[in-house]
Amino acid sequence: MHHARPLALAALFAVAGCEKKPAEQPRAAAAAAEAGGKILIGHVASMTGPQATFGDSTDKAIRLALDEQNKKGGVKGRELVLKTLDDQGKPEEASVATTRLVSQDKVTVLLGEVASSRSLAMAPIADLNRVPMITPSSTNPRVTKDDAGKTRPYVFRVCFIDPFQGTVMAKYARENLKVTKVAILRDVANDYSVGLADFFAAKFQELGGKIVTDQSYQDKDKDFKAQLTALKSKAPEAIYVPGYYGAVALIARQARELGMKQPLLGGDGWDSGQLFEVAKGALDGGAFSNHYTHENPAPIIQDFVRRYKERFGAVPDSLAAQGYDAALVAIDAMQRARDLSGPAIREQLEQTRGFQGVTGLITIDADHNAVKPAVVLAIEKNQAKYATTINP
Amino acid sequence: MTEFLQHLVNGLSVGTIYALIALGYTMVYGVLKLINFAHGDVYMVGAFAGFYLSHALGVEQDPTIPKAFVVFVGSMIICGLLGVAIERFAYRPLRQRPRLTSLITAIGVSFLLEYGFQLPSFGLTRQPFPPGPTPRFFPQPFERVAWDLGGVAFSNLDVVSLAVAFGFMLLLQLVVYRTRFGTAMRAVSFDPQIAGLMGVNVNRVIAGTFVLGSVLAAVAGLLVAGSRPSIEPLMGLMHGLKAFVAAVFGGIGNVPGAMVGGLVLGLAEEYVAGYLLSSYRDAIAFAILIAMLLVRPEGLFGRARAEKV
Repeated sequence: MHHARPLALAALFAVAGCEKKPAEQPRAAAAAAEAGGKILIGHVASMTGPQATFGDSTDKAIRLALDEQNKKGGVKGRELVLKTLDDQGKPEEASVATTRLVSQDKVTVLLGEVASSRSLAMAPIADLNRVPMITPSSTNPRVTKDDAGKTRPYVFRVCFIDPFQGTVMAKYARENLKVTKVAILRDVANDYSVGLADFFAAKFQELGGKIVTDQSYQDKDKDFKAQLTALKSKAPEAIYVPGYYGAVALIARQARELGMKQPLLGGDGWDSGQLFEVAKGALDGGAFSNHYTHENPAPIIQDFVRRYKERFGAVPDSLAAQGYDAALVAIDAMQRARDLSGPAIREQLEQTRGFQGVTGLITIDADHNAVKPAVVLAIEKNQAKYATTINP
Repeated sequence: MTEFLQHLVNGLSVGTIYALIALGYTMVYGVLKLINFAHGDVYMVGAFAGFYLSHALGVEQDPTIPKAFVVFVGSMIICGLLGVAIERFAYRPLRQRPRLTSLITAIGVSFLLEYGFQLPSFGLTRQPFPPGPTPRFFPQPFERVAWDLGGVAFSNLDVVSLAVAFGFMLLLQLVVYRTRFGTAMRAVSFDPQIAGLMGVNVNRVIAGTFVLGSVLAAVAGLLVAGSRPSIEPLMGLMHGLKAFVAAVFGGIGNVPGAMVGGLVLGLAEEYVAGYLLSSYRDAIAFAILIAMLLVRPEGLFGRARAEKV
């Protein structure tokens, strides 16, 4: 029991620390930023864990964007500094990291997360502390809304939302692949996957298609053959699996092992080099919706691909492009803002109209979502190839 | 009907994994009356040992049977040593203490392995060690051959798994009932103190039990990784728990019981996920355990022993 007293003391301090009024913090943050010479940008990302490539690509691209801006003299003559905290792909870690960035490091702007379930954990904290947050790639509509359905004043995104993304794949399946019977396999514990599956089903049925069965799995599972066998007996023409790449690759392998030849369809959660490393050709014939393709010959995209490649030695995936755009939109708003307080930057973020990003023209609408076209990538020979663009 | 048979094949393939891990739980419990909660993580270490050996041998570029054999035996040896080390340093010093102390230690060892493997890499090896929480791709140990029998798909991996699991169960049964070591094991299980007085080297018998259990866990880890090639440090958590359920279901301490328990659990999960709702899969696994314990507290094959007062 020697340690009882120091422990109790530590607990007391911890409680005292929490009692600080959150409303005071943005002012304190702004003051700190004005006093110091640097502007701190916080990034919460899954640098490790089952979706490690999401965090890694996004973080690299953000770093690239900030460094390029610093070479041009930074923002308001001050250097931008990035602080990234890892959440290991867990929502509870994401909220801890956010609290740390906001209350200890007093960041000016928050970037992150890629996964909707983790952005949902971050959003209330950003809102409460009046720190503007931009998620690069979270597509679930609820990320920018509070529980009452009102738009969260401090939460923004630079990507399209799931009602649109689900529609895109429904259209592609119905009009390009010309299938009528589709089965759905959704990740039940994932807000992103559930949302996407619902929107896909609604649109696909509206277009005259039929959902023959709707099965579920959990991302941490390793064995999906039970659900796949049940799907097989319903003889669908395609299977919609709006999950994350780790599970999707295993699902694809196991589907082929069961002798199923249907194409698998999915969303932007598939976008990772690891998908193909594990799938090893099992996804051929499938397709997924995405934010951008590095094959697009537009000069702005090719220029970004070249700079990213030069620095990191890899082709940027769409999460990198989205991360880059999130950083650019944040920089743009900070430059236009009268000072670097949360409310001032927030006001300017809302005014973002027709901003030229790598993934297209970004306009933030009243619900704080970006309105942008989506691309569909088809998978051939274990590689994603540009198939078509679908406009909102 | 094909669907039913396909579920049967799938369920057996998962069930053999549970069975192999459950054998390790059951043996340690039989001898020490200790639930070795670190066992699920030894299984994870087995998969990772195979991963590093495969990369060292270049299995991915050129899989051959001798290489697969080296990977298998190498992982079994590594896990056997790990089992001995865990017993020597975590459990032996506490053997005379109340049983609860060892149980808490077991949970501690389990966390040590799970979170130790999630640390950032030391950067000394080409393949990062520790691997960190990111899942790793496990190279296929040998060429997968698929068969299709009237619409039911299965592969040589499924057949090998089932054969290996049954083979090891028979071997264990033989060791326990037909060898001097087995006799010593049963004597220690009955009463360690008296067995010691009769000249049985109790420490060696217990260490041997841990070796056997850990070797089986390594085999299970490799069989899983071979057919579901994505491994991560927390993979032993759920499988370990399920295998524990299987061991209790079959009657903990009983070798055929663990085998049957594993297969029943695998099949039950498969049919629930296939015909009902896959979200209920884990709930069903534990519901089966509760129901079993209500009807037969000693498990399917367990023998009720009168407690001496």
